[in-house]
Parts: sequence; C-alpha cells; structure tokens
Amino acid sequence: MHIIAFLLRRAVQAVIVMFVISLIGFSIQDNLGDPLRELVGQSVSEAERDLMREDMGLNDPFLSQYARFLGHAVQGDLGNSYFFKRPAIAVIMDKFPATFELVLGSVLIFLTVSIPAGIYCAIHRNSWLTRFIMSASILGISVPVFLTAIFMVWIFGVELGWLPAYGRGATYELPWGWDTGFLTLDGLKHLILPCVTLSSIMLPLFIRLIRAEMMEAMGTDYVRFARAKGLSTTRVRYVHAFRNTLLPVVTVGGLMIGTLIAYTILTETVFQWPGMGFLFLEAVNRVDTPLIIAYIIVVGLIFVIVNTMVDFIYTLINPMVKLPGAKA
Amino acid sequence: MITWSALLKRFISDPVAIIAGFVLLLLILMAAFAPLIAPQNPYDLMQIDVMDSDMPPSWKPGGDPRFWLGTDSQGRGVLSTIMYGTGISLLIGIGAVIVQGVLGITLGLIAGYKGGWIDSFLMRLADIQMSLSTLMIAIIVLALFQAAFDPSVYAEYAIFMLIFIIGIAEWPKFARTVRASVLGEKNKEYVDAARVIGLPARKVMWGHILPNAMTPVLVISTIQVAEAIMTEAALSFLGLGMPVNKPSLGSLIRSGFEYIFSGSWWITFYPALVLIALILALNLLGDWLRDVMNPKLRRGDE
Amino acid sequence: MALLEVTDLHVAFPRGKHHEVEALRGVSLSLKKGERLGIVGESGAGKSMLAFAILNLIAEPGRVSQGAIRFDGQNLLEMSEHDIRGIRGNRISMIFQDPMVTLNPVLTIGTQMVETLKAHRKISTHEARRLSIEKLKLVAIPSAESRLDAYPHELSGGLRQRVVIAIALLTDPEIIIADEPTTALDVTIQAEIMALILQLCRDRDMALILITHDLGVVAEVTERLMIMYAGLCVEEGPTQRIINAPTHPYSNGLLKALPQNSERGQDLYQIPGSMPPITALPSGCAYHPRCEFATERCHVSAPDLVNGIACFHPLKADAKAPA
Repeated sequence: MHIIAFLLRRAVQAVIVMFVISLIGFSIQDNLGDPLRELVGQSVSEAERDLMREDMGLNDPFLSQYARFLGHAVQGDLGNSYFFKRPAIAVIMDKFPATFELVLGSVLIFLTVSIPAGIYCAIHRNSWLTRFIMSASILGISVPVFLTAIFMVWIFGVELGWLPAYGRGATYELPWGWDTGFLTLDGLKHLILPCVTLSSIMLPLFIRLIRAEMMEAMGTDYVRFARAKGLSTTRVRYVHAFRNTLLPVVTVGGLMIGTLIAYTILTETVFQWPGMGFLFLEAVNRVDTPLIIAYIIVVGLIFVIVNTMVDFIYTLINPMVKLPGAKA
Repeated sequence: MITWSALLKRFISDPVAIIAGFVLLLLILMAAFAPLIAPQNPYDLMQIDVMDSDMPPSWKPGGDPRFWLGTDSQGRGVLSTIMYGTGISLLIGIGAVIVQGVLGITLGLIAGYKGGWIDSFLMRLADIQMSLSTLMIAIIVLALFQAAFDPSVYAEYAIFMLIFIIGIAEWPKFARTVRASVLGEKNKEYVDAARVIGLPARKVMWGHILPNAMTPVLVISTIQVAEAIMTEAALSFLGLGMPVNKPSLGSLIRSGFEYIFSGSWWITFYPALVLIALILALNLLGDWLRDVMNPKLRRGDE
Repeated sequence: MALLEVTDLHVAFPRGKHHEVEALRGVSLSLKKGERLGIVGESGAGKSMLAFAILNLIAEPGRVSQGAIRFDGQNLLEMSEHDIRGIRGNRISMIFQDPMVTLNPVLTIGTQMVETLKAHRKISTHEARRLSIEKLKLVAIPSAESRLDAYPHELSGGLRQRVVIAIALLTDPEIIIADEPTTALDVTIQAEIMALILQLCRDRDMALILITHDLGVVAEVTERLMIMYAGLCVEEGPTQRIINAPTHPYSNGLLKALPQNSERGQDLYQIPGSMPPITALPSGCAYHPRCEFATERCHVSAPDLVNGIACFHPLKADAKAPA
C-alpha cells in the first residue's frame, strides 16, 4: 500500500499549499478593485452603496468573508471576470489547452534533443561537435527567452515568411471540448516556432546537466565493472550509465516547473498565443481581479500536481528511496 | 584560494576571459558616462524631434549621420537610448545582487552556524522558493503591484521594486553556498580558538568564518548579476518592469517589438544585441572564475 | 605453457599536448593454469593499472603503449573490441575493491547477473536466473532466490562482495583478477571473503591474480609473488621464499613494516619517504631516494629485472627479513 500512503501524504501537503494560495487570492480580492464599482457604476449614492455593501456581506469580519470565498472556490466559483462577464475559472480553462500543448510540444522537443546531445557530448568529449554544442549552450543560456522568440518571429515569420508567427491557427475540437492544434497541419505549423522557442531555454541547461551526470557515471566503478563483465558498449552506456543520470535530470526537471510556467507567459506574449499566460497579462492590464486570482490559483494547482508527479516518478526510478510513509 | 597575481596571470592567458572582460568593461563605461558621451539625451523633450522618427541606421538608405543606429518611433536615437538603458539594467542587476548577497549571506551564516531547527526551517524555505522560480514570483508580485497602484506611482517606484523583488526571491542561492562553506569551516581550529577566547557568535561568524567563504560568493555573484539582468529584462518586456519613460534594455526591446512587423528592426535589434552581449560576458566571466577558483571542477579538461 | 603471459607492458598517459608519462614501465608476468599470483606494492605502484590493462580497460586518455598480453595463445592487445569482450567477464573475470560502488545502484542483483550470462551464452532468462541462484548459493548467500530481486543497497558490504564474486564465477572463468577484494570490508569479514576466494580457486582450478598491499594475506593465499614499485616489478618469485628471505631492499622494507615483525614495545618500522608520483620519477632506480643501500650507481642507472630481482645491491639470500 505504498502508493496510497504516498498519495495521501502528498494530498495533505497539496491542501496546505492550496490553502496558502487561496489566502493570497482572497487578500488580493479584498484589497484590489471594488466589486461594487463593477456592479453599479458611479450613479449610485454613498448611502445606497453602504447598504449594498452590507447586503453583499462586504462589511463582515475578515474570517467569515474568507470562509465564503473558500466555500465558493472549492466549488470552482471564483467570481465572474469583469471583462468577459463569465466565470473566471471557465475563462481560464478555455485557454488551458493552448498552454498545455505549447508546453507539451516544447518538452517533446527538448527531451528528444537534449538527451542524445548530452550523451554524445559525454562520450565524445573532445570532438569538434561537442565543442560546438558546449559553446552554443553558453550562448543559449545567455539569450533571454523573449529575445529568442522575437528573433524567431522576425526571421522565420517576417523576413523569410516560412512559418506563421502568431496565434494557434486552425484547431480541431476533440469530443470532450479540448481544442487541439496537433491534429491539423495549420495547427502544427503554428506550434513550431513557439515550441522551439520555449524549448530553446531549457535545452542548454539540460544538455549540460546530462553531459555532466553522464560523464560522472561513465567514470564510476559500477560502469567499469559492467565493462569488465564483457557487456556490449551499448548496454554499458545506456543501461548502466544513462539509467543513473535520470535521477538528477528528474530532480532538476521538477525544479524547473515554476520557471517553465513563467516562460510560457513570455513566449505566449511574443507569439500572441491564446493561452493562460497571455490571458493573465491582459487581465493585469485590465485590472480584472477575479481573472488574476483564478490564474494564480490554477497555476498553483498545476504546480502542486506536477510536483507530486515528479516526486512520484523519482521514487519509482530510484530504488534507494522508499515512498515516504511506507515501511522500509 | 588563489592569489591576485595568479588570478591575473590566468586571466591574461585566456583569450575568452579577456574578450568577455573587455566587453563588460566597455559596456559599464558606456553606461556610466552615458550623459557625457551619448549623442543626445533621449529623455530630454527639447532634444528630440518627432520629425526624426523611424530612421534606419545611418549607413542604410534614409539614414541620418546624427543617428548612427537609427531612431525609434518618437525620434529618439537608438544608440543614445541603449547607452542610458544599459545603465538602468546594470543598476538593477547589481542592486538586486547586493540585496541577494546581504540577505543570503546573513541567513546562510545563521543557518550554517546555528544549525538545528533554524537551519532546517531556512533550508526548507529556500527549497520552496527555488522551486517557485524567481521570474514567476516577480511576475505575480509586480502584476499585483501594477494593478493596485496608479501608473505614475508605479513608474516612480518600479526600479526599487525590481531590485527588491529580484533580490529577495534569489537569496537561497547565496544562502546555500555560504551555509555549505560555513559547515566546512565551522569545526576548524581557528573558529574554535575564536570561540574559546570568548568572541560572541556574531563576531565569529562575520569576522572569522565569512572571509573564508568569500571565494564561492564571488563566483556566484557574477552569474547572479547576469541572471538578475535577464529577469529584469523579461519583466520589463512584459510591461511589468521599467516604464517607457525610464527604460532599461528590456523596456527598449518591448517598445521596439511592435515595429518589427513594419520593418523597423533596428529599434529592437540593437538593444537586444547589447543585452545578449552583457549577459554573455557576465556568464563567460562567471564560468571562467569558477574554473579558476575551484580546480576540482576542472576534471576532464586536462 | 603459460595461460597468461604479459611481456614488457607499458601504459602511458598524455601530459600536456606533446608529452606522455608512463604508469607502467615494462612489466612482465606469467600465470599457469590454476596458479595463484600475488601482486604487492604501495598505492600508486601500478598494481590496479596492470589488472585493468590485462582486460584492455585502461580509462581514457591512458593507453597501452607497448608490450604484449598473451592469453591462451592470442595477443589480447591485437584483438578487436568485440573479440576481447568475449574474454572479459567470461574467461577472465574481475573482482573490484569496493563492493559498495561496484554494483549498479539502480539495477537489481538479478539483472546484473543475468546480463552477464546473456552477454556470453545463448541462454534463456529463466535458465540464466537458475544459474545465478546456483552461484549465489555457491558463495554462501543465504536465501539466494529472494536476493535476485533485491537492489544492492539492501545488502551489507560483505554480502555485496559475495554477489560480486558470484558474478565473477558465473561463466566459470579460467582466471580471476581480484583487486584488493577485502580492503573496503570490515576486518571481521575480510578473512571470510579471502577464505572463500581461496577455496573457490582451489576447488575449480582457477588461476588467481590477487592485488593487495597486505603481505599477510598474500602469504596465506598465493604461490607466487610480485612486488611492484613505481610502475615496475622489483622482485618476483615463490611467495614463501620472498616472505622468508626478501632480496630487494623494498620488499625487505615492506616486510619489516608488518606489525608482527616489530618487537613489542618498539615503534613500528616505516620505510622513510613516500613513493614518487609517476610525473616526477627520480633518475636511475626509482627506489634509490628511500633506499638505505643506495650508491652512486643507483642514482644514475636503473637495474633490470634479472632472475626475479631488479637491484644492484640485493640482500643476501640468507638475510632474515625481521631486523
């Protein structure tokens, strides 16, 4: 029953984190923007306003107001967006597929590139290609993601005109209401530049990490012993050495989730990608408080879920860590 | 540790380090003396003329010799705005790292020296903060700050907000480094000796342990300045950082971005180039410093 | 005919762009079927280097620069990587020093055993597991069946070394090279493991190359002995003869340094100085700076290994080691 114990423990932690985020969300709502102004405009007198405040419970003590906020929040009700006049959660969730597909595409790209590249650089330490990749990676680390995005738009979108540089293009609606860009040619074309951009910032970091870890593993006694057993080079490299680089890669991957979410905001801004990050910045400019809160809470939730998944994968691939809470 | 003369010797024998150092020095000097050497003061309304707007670099058809790198949509010379903007980027980068350093070194010393629950608490906090990512924290805090305050108030305090947010969000990096050094130094004889003669904990930490932990601090400081400048640029690009009337390199790129589509690439391109050069020079110097200061990490190069 | 014959083996490492330093400077040895050879010397003498060189496992950028390694009539240095893999872990097996780091932490014991068999035999996984359990029982691992699915960290150091030995035995090799197989273990377990290795070699007529710096162990286990210093063999011969009457001053020093050869109440003997690194070898005989018998000649030229001794001033055969 290791897995259930682990999930329970993580669920408790998740509840605590979400509680803190909801407190932040509530204090934002409490201090930012006046719901009354949004509802009634300027024409209502001060006395009438006070009355309405009383009616709406805006003069209640902090705790009871917070309890009410929380009660609504767990039912998925974070109020209506001022701008869209629709439930804020629904507005955010409409944009979720766009962001998810952007992240998915870039994760696929950087995994398929960084793993072979990192392994290659670890094995062929002094080849010219390794030198080139390592030099390029320090350049890659030094170019902010929004500049990569701008250069992509400028070169491939404007100057060469090869690829579309904004929006998602044509999408296909899956039966459960999910708009996907992966199933149409136009959608795929639109995915290329944003996905390459978002992966470009993670790529140098992971190539360097995989190379360093792989080089360390190649020098260990157990890899030497594997060779002394007469195993094939392929088996020594990929089963014995590479398996051991997965642990640090997963750990660092887990630490990068927050950064990745931040980078989606930048990428979506440049490519006018209709995702959650782009929506969030619009909400900030419009002081659309319910939408800002909804974004923070949804991102917090994603963060907690993905972190739990990363921890879970880590315990699966590391035989030395028993799932916390399980008997050793 | 390594002596200054040995450091200088290593520096002179490494062409990459020399070029990076030269570029960095050039950019710092350019920024520091911007008011004296810039062709115009782009924020003095008397000196700019809308008639000069959208000019390409001087060697292109339609260029003007007064504006070597062209002008933006308001007729400000791109070269002059870069000179001023680099200064603001550097100021925020260095300022933020000073805040990080003071906060991180203090907390790292306390965590390493006191140990126990203080140590566990601070390190757990550091873990959480690191995984949240500085950029994400900064985006949310600045977004709320901007939503809550009047744009003019925001513009006035933006520079301090950036320095403090990036400074506070990144303390764990210094704290961990210092803590690790403290744990290494703590049980050495000279620390015992200082304690035996009755020096208070505060004096032992600052006067005796810290000087021995300065090497790694110096190394990460360089890389951290690069990171801080990059974070600031990203925030300004999103419109959450420096306002348009007091732009950093990031805000310059933001204001030029929309003109790329109409063909005025130079408004974005040159500030972007300077930003990359600045970050790259700092990263290269940081890598070089780490290699020189910590020979253990240079395995496999020989 | 010797089963394994190493002649004039040199191993070199690059130093700077155009220079090389030698970690082995011309070592020869021969090993008959079922024979047990001990190689003794201080750390850095090149003992492990020799062991790895035999299997062509010198870590880059090092390389075997000269010499021959004949095993069963074939020169291993001229074989392709593919062919030599058929010998490594199959006909010549190795036991490493530290069992805590020899086994891959993320693979089960079973995986690490089965893959070895599969690399050398056309065999089903089921059959490979059966053979693995058999070998685990042979090295006296309790409840062998259940250990196959265990990870290395679930076993103690002593048990892990038994697993390593079981892996070395899987293919019934003709030679086992054991590189300080007990130094990393608890003192109480050292004797057990050594006895196990000795018994297995005797029972199965396996040849053994035992690398160690423990002369006591060598005396119990091996028939012939080789003393190495700074990348060279300085003395070679029957174990009992060398232990009783060393002729090289270095062998004599090593024996004198054994605690049991010091008198009670006296300080332990220590050879003065330390072995030079391969990057800074002295002129002439590499041992001369530490040698009490060194003369002008030793500073200038290096003695060759003649009749099992490389010294200009060998001790008299009847001189007793203990002072």
